[in-house]
Amino acid sequence: MRIIHIALLTIMTFMVATLPSKAIIVVDVNQGHVNPLPIALTNLIGSDQAMTASGSVQQIGEQITQVITADLERSGLFNTIDPRAFINSGASNAAAPQFANWRSIGAQALLTGTIDLIEDGRFQIDFRLWDVLAGTQMTGLRYYTTPNNWRGIAHVIADTIYKRLTGEDGYFDTRVVYIAESGPYLERIKRLAIMDQDGYNHKFLTDGSYMILNPRFSPVSQEITYLSFYNDTPRVYLFNLESGKSEMLGEFEGMTFAPRFSPDGKKVIMSKADNGNSDLFSMELSTRRITRLTKHSAIDTSPSYSPFGRFITFNSDRGGSQQLYVMDNDGRNIKRISFGTGNYATPVWSPRGDLIAFTKQTGGKFYIGVMRPDGTGERILTESFFEEGPTWSPNGRVLMYYRKYPYDNRGGGGETQLWSIDLTGYNERQVLTPLDGSDPAWSPLIDRYN
Amino acid sequence: MLKNKFYAKFLIMIGAALILSACANKKEEVMDNTPAPVAERPAPAPAPAPVVSRIDPLSQEALDSVMGGMAGSMVYFAYDRYDVDASARAILQAQAEWMKGNNVNVIVEGHCDERGTREYNLALGDRRANAAKNYLVAMGVPASRVRAVSFGKERPVDMSDHAKNRRGYTRVN
Repeated sequence: MRIIHIALLTIMTFMVATLPSKAIIVVDVNQGHVNPLPIALTNLIGSDQAMTASGSVQQIGEQITQVITADLERSGLFNTIDPRAFINSGASNAAAPQFANWRSIGAQALLTGTIDLIEDGRFQIDFRLWDVLAGTQMTGLRYYTTPNNWRGIAHVIADTIYKRLTGEDGYFDTRVVYIAESGPYLERIKRLAIMDQDGYNHKFLTDGSYMILNPRFSPVSQEITYLSFYNDTPRVYLFNLESGKSEMLGEFEGMTFAPRFSPDGKKVIMSKADNGNSDLFSMELSTRRITRLTKHSAIDTSPSYSPFGRFITFNSDRGGSQQLYVMDNDGRNIKRISFGTGNYATPVWSPRGDLIAFTKQTGGKFYIGVMRPDGTGERILTESFFEEGPTWSPNGRVLMYYRKYPYDNRGGGGETQLWSIDLTGYNERQVLTPLDGSDPAWSPLIDRYN
Repeated sequence: MLKNKFYAKFLIMIGAALILSACANKKEEVMDNTPAPVAERPAPAPAPAPVVSRIDPLSQEALDSVMGGMAGSMVYFAYDRYDVDASARAILQAQAEWMKGNNVNVIVEGHCDERGTREYNLALGDRRANAAKNYLVAMGVPASRVRAVSFGKERPVDMSDHAKNRRGYTRVN
């Protein structure tokens, strides 16, 4: 099963007379919702005569702009201006826009572009990002892509805009694997599913005949590791998204669980239970050789590497209650880092390295928070009846997690939903899924240029 | 097979007699080492004997009945604990005696309540499943006939009472 069509996409810098100027508008990602940047996103202009399987080129151009608009709007950093306020359409934008008209509706940035169906059956998409106040072009790019990949290219353009205006890598051209949940609450079916970050291109990867939990994306390849209950034998598996093949990682007497890739994708770190006692091990994927990292009668689980693989953070109750620990990648120098009230669990190291996200449980509630790797600067981002399992966007700016609602007394309630929140603690949003969802895991940015 | 069935019927009748006479008594009497493969089910028919005799002695129903009126396949654990307490020991002992008399393999499932994270609860469930398994083995059941499997918090049986979900369930495999 080949999900992403990588090969047929090329990128060229757009040859334009105007040289990109130094931006005078900048979005501060640390400010969250305070001052979202007003941006006007015009429809990519295309022929209404040229047809593809999914509609006319003009329609596709409009849909691409809609996807870009939704991406930027959801980030909370942009205020996308309602197209009904536009004085100019995008039509005349082969030349420089009439900046005064865009200034008058409050736009600070402007997207214009065109889409053409070219002879080999691909789209040629040109777009430009303009600094409306300075009256200059900030970015001009041309992309080629197959028609069925138009959503992908829309996310690429949204990422380009995000990066040009914030200075940070985007996270829109990404996917999420998660556990789709269905059925009565005492007999939940839990299967592996994957979708684009915005919920489109949704697919189930397992049929639900056995339970799947704890999926995680490889940071470097189209692979997922997860826990499968196939044959009532909970073990860690590796799943290749391109071939659709899955295999058990090692054959052990006891349960293996809580897997996570190393940053280079060459190892999987996990818990392995031996007669009821869970310790941490790492497995080299090429040889399947395992190395013991902890040896303690307490529960050691939920391991996560630091971005360069030098350290590991994990969850243990060795001190009498569940707390977060950090150690070297060979298991030495174990240090407790969480000291607040309550239980701490599921530590996940940010891809930027500066923070560890976690689940906290205290006073009958659950929280998602972050702290520095030395345990200082604890900050709670969100709380509810139940939530757990944060996963980082690849740029380390957004966390996704799942929330479970209480059962009501009529046999209902108990829904599980995916949610995301900005690191600033603002812009909390539900991530829509066709069924209930739990255990989200964010992919790295899709590499479309190989 | 026939012989087995006959033997089982015989045992069940003895068991039924025991239960009938022990009904009003304290549970200690039922919890002694006497193997009592008796199903205590809400009897629809006026005569309990034919109902009881339908139970396959190697079935889950038979295992469920090792404690007579109590749920014989289920033991409970305290919050975030996995030690086997006195009432769990009595049930596991009855299970062990039953297993020694009936050649079946079992899975001991370890379960948790839903007020914790998935991964920690998988580990805790494994502790519970193995604690129950180890007790069965200590009571003389060959380890090869018992498999411990954790289901973490993924298979709750009660939506309002967390304590009912912190359990070990012995299932005929």
